[in-house]
Amino acid sequence: MSIDISHISKRFGSFVALDDINLTIPSGQLTALLGPSGGGKSTLLRIIAGLENADAGAVTIEGTDATHLPAQKRNVGFVFQHYAAFKHMSVAKNVAFGLEIRKRPKAEVKQKVDELLSLVHLSQFADRLPAQLSGGQRQRMALARALAIEPNVLLLDEPFGALDAKVRKELREWLRRLHDEVHVTTVFVTHDQEEALEVADEIVVINEGRIEQVGTPDQLYDAPANDFVMGFLGPTTEIDGVLYRPHDIEVFTHPGIAGSIPARIVRELRVGFEVRLTVELLDAAHEQITVTVTRAHQRSLGLRPDLDVWLATTHGAVVPLMDPAQPATA
Amino acid sequence: MVRTSPLLRLVLRTVVVGYLVLLVAWPVSLVATHTFDDGFSALSKAFADPEVIHALKLTAVVALSSVAINLVFGVTISLLLVRYEFPGKRLLSALVDVPLSVSPVVVGLALLLVYNPRSGWLGPALADAGVQVIFSTPGMVLATTFVALPLVIREVVPVLEEIGDDQEWAARSLGASSFQTLRRITLPGVKWALVYGVVLALARSLGEYGAVKVVSGNVVGSTQTATLLVDQRYQNFDQPTAYAISFLLAVASVVCIVIVSVLRPKQEA
Amino acid sequence: MSQATSALPREDAGRAVREHRPARSVNALGRGSALALGTSLIWFSLLVLIPLAAVVVQATTGGWSGFWHTLTNPQTLSALKLTVGESLLVTALNVVMGTTIAWVLVRDRFPGAAILDVVIDLPFALPTIVAGLVLLLLYGPRSPLGIDVANARPAVFLALAFVTLPFVVRTTQPVLEELDRDVEEAASSLGASSATTFRRVILPSLVPAIAAGAALSFARAISEYGSLVLLSGNRPFKTEVASVRIIGYIEGDNLAAASVIASVLLVVALVVIVVLDLIQRRVSRRG
Repeated sequence: MSIDISHISKRFGSFVALDDINLTIPSGQLTALLGPSGGGKSTLLRIIAGLENADAGAVTIEGTDATHLPAQKRNVGFVFQHYAAFKHMSVAKNVAFGLEIRKRPKAEVKQKVDELLSLVHLSQFADRLPAQLSGGQRQRMALARALAIEPNVLLLDEPFGALDAKVRKELREWLRRLHDEVHVTTVFVTHDQEEALEVADEIVVINEGRIEQVGTPDQLYDAPANDFVMGFLGPTTEIDGVLYRPHDIEVFTHPGIAGSIPARIVRELRVGFEVRLTVELLDAAHEQITVTVTRAHQRSLGLRPDLDVWLATTHGAVVPLMDPAQPATA
Repeated sequence: MVRTSPLLRLVLRTVVVGYLVLLVAWPVSLVATHTFDDGFSALSKAFADPEVIHALKLTAVVALSSVAINLVFGVTISLLLVRYEFPGKRLLSALVDVPLSVSPVVVGLALLLVYNPRSGWLGPALADAGVQVIFSTPGMVLATTFVALPLVIREVVPVLEEIGDDQEWAARSLGASSFQTLRRITLPGVKWALVYGVVLALARSLGEYGAVKVVSGNVVGSTQTATLLVDQRYQNFDQPTAYAISFLLAVASVVCIVIVSVLRPKQEA
Repeated sequence: MSQATSALPREDAGRAVREHRPARSVNALGRGSALALGTSLIWFSLLVLIPLAAVVVQATTGGWSGFWHTLTNPQTLSALKLTVGESLLVTALNVVMGTTIAWVLVRDRFPGAAILDVVIDLPFALPTIVAGLVLLLLYGPRSPLGIDVANARPAVFLALAFVTLPFVVRTTQPVLEELDRDVEEAASSLGASSATTFRRVILPSLVPAIAAGAALSFARAISEYGSLVLLSGNRPFKTEVASVRIIGYIEGDNLAAASVIASVLLVVALVVIVVLDLIQRRVSRRG
């Protein structure tokens, strides 16, 4: 049971939302479509769901060509960012909707609804209206509703985007645990890299309608394919046109290390356990870059503004794979 | 903050209340007092009059028919305007408002020109097929439908836009067909807007005068509605009946307004 | 907080009113919806478009000369002048009174204000013939106030004022309610007096709404018929308005002449709609 996306393209007027996308999403896995707003990830999700039609290409869901199937027939569960709760129906009726449409016997519907409501911990709200629930509760209801039809695939479009930070974190963990229990092929869209890194088995980074990289969270973080992926997944600092992680740059208070770059500390910013140093390179361009060190390290070296230092990248520093030139390491 | 001094506030309040009383409240209350000048005799005399009964029944038939037509087509057009894309959509949206700005007399004339059985554009053909429009109930239904046409649409369209189509897409992704989505999700979502639209259209339809006058020929006992009856009776010095029917019509108007005013706050998402 | 509990359909109804999330992508027509559209268009044409077209066509049957001849008929000219003149006067009155009433409804709360809401909507829901009749009771021969304007020119003004009452009120009321108090507070913290704040901060935001209400009020006034039948006596050259003239021509079986005047009224109505649309467009651009 996998999703096969083949040569999918979509434009809105002159705006190219998706450009020849090819992707296979393995079954039973929790996959994240990660990327900046407007990059095309929601469009791709909606095309998989049948809520949007591609201009070209094909979508195959567990072996069946779904490209021209209407959303109604794809048996795909969809969860919307703003819940799309049926406002005039109770929570239980919302969850029961898909089953009632399929004309299942009342007893079966009731049993399934009870099951799902206890799965999402909303049993005591069964007879309430969605308006009486919090945002997080509404989204759990939406999930239960989507799962009720026993979909082949579960799609979530920025499911926690409308919730505040604390609830978002809670629901993130909860989604991961739910997936571990239910094992439905799940694809969710997010622009929050922390969310993707925390929750997903595999991440697809999409930017400007193209796939930048596909991989596990570790692969993406430790072996980014290009500058964009590296920059999107974490902080970066640039030396000679190559991107590094700010903590992968060593600071020396004396010259003499082969290939080290002379520089001067301009500013320091202490945030939590890390210290962010703004350092000016003493080359022709006089660029200012960010270098991160721990507080202990800063203290032991006595780093402070106006100090002359020498910078070198650590051995095994992460750089984008696409970049051929790698300067000397310490 | 624009803080009005207590004196200014009192002055404004007095001016406003005075204006409304002198212009609307007092005159309308006078019809009530005059109706009951001799107790209930004006009303009972009116209800005993077969022409009055006929007029009231005709008014009800015409109003209800026109409201039903406007409900069906109003909902259909609202859905088309908000949920679909087609050439000429903006033009249709603008045209839908036209009936509100057209004089009722012009409405009557327009329908007369098309449907009159002698020289109308479509009238003679319809007459041959046995369908009488002008000087008959169908014509009056047409006229009443015309003037109240935008009312349901103007209530439903903003609500449709506001609730968005997420719920409808959710229903589809759960397997609902277009019809099931319409019946179970869309229509319940605009329930209150439909109610307001219907009540407003009903008030308008009950009260239509000018257009119906032109189109009906105002034949007593046959094509005379309540409003036409008021006109005729007053001019023939049967004031009591005129007041009595006016009173009924005024009560109906007030009831419609109160229903809508009371219901509106209930329309919470 | 007084609510805009109005029986009038919202002025912005029918226009694109976007608040939080705009409705997403619209669909292309499918088979069912295309059928629905076709049927609706046929119905709309048979009911509205074709009849209105017939009026315009009929008006032009006599060519330009016939058109002009009817229009310049002394009685007709007088009716048109009276109609437009009184309508403009009434609109001016409504601009002032309508805004004042809206202000009091929104900014001044006192017991019984809810009843005012019903009173304001009454002219919209009341049959026009009844409107004429009730006005006659207070301002006619047996007036308890001793004021008798029946069959005199002021009767026209009175009737028009009655039927156009709700329009400016109901267009400005929601705008007043939505007004961001923050903006007023900012103005006064910068040193503006109440009068200045009203004049330079509030009034400008109200102008589009007032203009929209004025346009509706004017269109309604020139179209009015029912309330004038009993109240004004429809005396030629004195209290006869355009719509009465049309009825006169219809009863005299001169449909062409009736259509000429009707076309003039239609053109004015069209102009009003266009002006309204432009105003709405400008307002939504300003955000």
